[in-house]
Amino acid sequence: MENKLNLDQAIIDGARAAASRIADALHSWISLYTTTTIERAVARLVGIDGVDAAGVPLPNVLVDRLHEKGLLGHGLLSWLARAMISTGQGPQEIAEAVAGGKLDVSAVPALPEEKWRDLGDGLAAEAAAKITARRLEREQMMATAAPERKPLLYVIVATGNIYEDAVQAKAAALQGADIIAVIRHTGQSLLDYVPYGPTTEGYGGTYATQENFRIVRRALDEAIKETGRYIRLVNYCSGLCMPEIAAMGALERLDMMLNDAMYGILFRDINMRRTLIDQHFSRMINAFAGIIINTGEDNYLTTADAYEKGYTVIASQFINEQLALRSGLREEQMGLGHAFEINPAMEDGLLMEIAQAQLCRELFPRSPLKYMPPTKHVTGDIFSTYLINGMFNLVSILTGQEIQLLGMLTEAIHTPFLSDRYLAIKNARYVFNNARHLGEEIIFKEQGRIQARAVELLNRAYALLKEIEKIGLEEALERGFFADIKRSRDGGKGKEGVVLKEKDYYNPFPEIFLQRSAAKDDDGRAC
Amino acid sequence: MQVDLTKVKAYGDTLNDGAVQLSFTLPVPAGEEAREAARQLALKMGLESPAVTEMADLGAGFSFFVVYGRCPHSVDYTAIKIPKREHEIMSFDEVNEFVRRELKKKVVVVAACTGTDAHTVGIDAIVNMKGYAGEYGLERYPEFEAYNLGSQVPNAELLAKAVEHGADAVLVSQVVTQKNIHLENLTELIELAEAEGIRDRMLFICGGPRISHELAIELGYDAGFGPGTLPNHVASFIVKELARRKKQ
Repeated sequence: MENKLNLDQAIIDGARAAASRIADALHSWISLYTTTTIERAVARLVGIDGVDAAGVPLPNVLVDRLHEKGLLGHGLLSWLARAMISTGQGPQEIAEAVAGGKLDVSAVPALPEEKWRDLGDGLAAEAAAKITARRLEREQMMATAAPERKPLLYVIVATGNIYEDAVQAKAAALQGADIIAVIRHTGQSLLDYVPYGPTTEGYGGTYATQENFRIVRRALDEAIKETGRYIRLVNYCSGLCMPEIAAMGALERLDMMLNDAMYGILFRDINMRRTLIDQHFSRMINAFAGIIINTGEDNYLTTADAYEKGYTVIASQFINEQLALRSGLREEQMGLGHAFEINPAMEDGLLMEIAQAQLCRELFPRSPLKYMPPTKHVTGDIFSTYLINGMFNLVSILTGQEIQLLGMLTEAIHTPFLSDRYLAIKNARYVFNNARHLGEEIIFKEQGRIQARAVELLNRAYALLKEIEKIGLEEALERGFFADIKRSRDGGKGKEGVVLKEKDYYNPFPEIFLQRSAAKDDDGRAC
Repeated sequence: MQVDLTKVKAYGDTLNDGAVQLSFTLPVPAGEEAREAARQLALKMGLESPAVTEMADLGAGFSFFVVYGRCPHSVDYTAIKIPKREHEIMSFDEVNEFVRRELKKKVVVVAACTGTDAHTVGIDAIVNMKGYAGEYGLERYPEFEAYNLGSQVPNAELLAKAVEHGADAVLVSQVVTQKNIHLENLTELIELAEAEGIRDRMLFICGGPRISHELAIELGYDAGFGPGTLPNHVASFIVKELARRKKQ
């Protein structure tokens, strides 16, 4: 990567080392715990699906029973393997029997490990093979598709009805979008279960369910056939069910997941420990499935001022990177987030946006940066918003961003109309094509405004990381270091789902998932 | 140029030309039939000599249009009556001084973004210490005691907190408006407050990008604040209204 900003490599290395130690401190305890949603994800991976008579998902029924009896700390899979031996039934039948009151979870007899271990390992290997098959399917489709042009065009659909979403997703793909996100119901992140089946309601979007994943995947696969381009599908691996959403996405060939390490804590008031434990397991699944994660630093700038707090984005990206590496994600899978949110009334605001975007590019040269459009300062004046979005696109092509979430001219008015997406794609295509190699032609003035801003951002991010390293990330979150939001260590939703692992805790998935990343021939960053 | 305020028409570049622009999508494939369909639709909207200046193929059987036309209708501007908040807007210092002088007690405000709405941008701009556009938020007002409950707060919980803190005013923000969810949420809050007999014990104020004062009054609120509202606007209303009620 060309060093256009005159950055001091020693400071970059120092910041990365501090973030690494921050991540190490978290990992000193993360592996001591499991959570209800991690065990439910295990249940889903080995094929348990469906709902009971009351509509409760079977993974929840099973995990709740085990939790009530204090058995969850041993791991769901060891219990399941023993239940399979004693009943002669498969995972789904066993879950149904528990839900129907025909099988008491505490009635499954204890067995020495050598009696059930092979069965458990086999179930996990089978699940991993399914995920691998979906990953290879994607790789093959991509190999035969037209080569990608970056930045990739990312749009959202949010009709609230999955069948309508599928129509709009396909239309967006035909118009030229490369990446389609199906927005979830605004309340889903706080549900401690994943709804089941196709859904046709919800506000701000409909639910993320495995069936809904399938429906939109099918529509986009049709678009792939028609356009000859690979169209990526995105959903939200955040909230109280991160690992389960990851499992579903891996099985249904989603391509990207919003999957931040701290987003749930800050923006959904989910318990700190719960989130940090869940993000680790969910990211291992995403890593193994070849899914690109998107981190959520852009959100900081919607609550805090983008100019004043730009350095917190940089600091958080370093932390997200280090945590992601520990889950086996490669740099090429880390869509680190940032945003074009500086107040448009600011003199030289464009220069400050360029500095921030170029800085992200140089600090994380192999990561497919995710660049978010202006939302905070745009109004109902669609003409003005359209222009600001053009400036946003210009900064992106100039600084080599890779995942461009397109700004909508009706942002701040309503969820996008079909035509809003068309106009957004037209805007981006025009700017990207018209200024395609601008970045190669431009160098920044030595110690000029852009270089000075970038250096200031990096220096402040480094100082912040050193301070966080000293007090620990938990304390930093309590003091409101990110997004101006303060969260207490023991507060938030979902902490009752955190379970201390017993000595004989059994879950073969992390080893399988991490093995692949370790085995990869890679000269990328190591943690 | 003499404008007849009893017959105001849209203005393009000549008085009373009635010129308007619009854009829309039709669920039919682009083509001459689609263009004619767009023109006819504009005619049915009442536009005279509509011109389809752009037709674009959106794929998947959809087409997009930009249309110009002349709207023959006019409105009587002189007959329009809009309910407005009558209170003057005071500065940060003036509000605090007013509270010390007139109310002689701290003003307690409980605020939240209710229902499933997760967008705190509005409530944060008004309540958080930092405020918005250089105006401090209510948390910074020495004479205010402000509680920002954040997003996705159920209406019942908001009311419970309001009672617990002895709130003088409840602030509700609604950003998501899909399928009019904001109207349902806002109505439910007022109904709950009435059912619990606390509607008149405190001020109920709502805000958001699609909220107007008029709409708020219609929904049973004391005031509504739309886009461009700053913390001191809300603070001014609260303290003036509390003072007015105190005198009654």
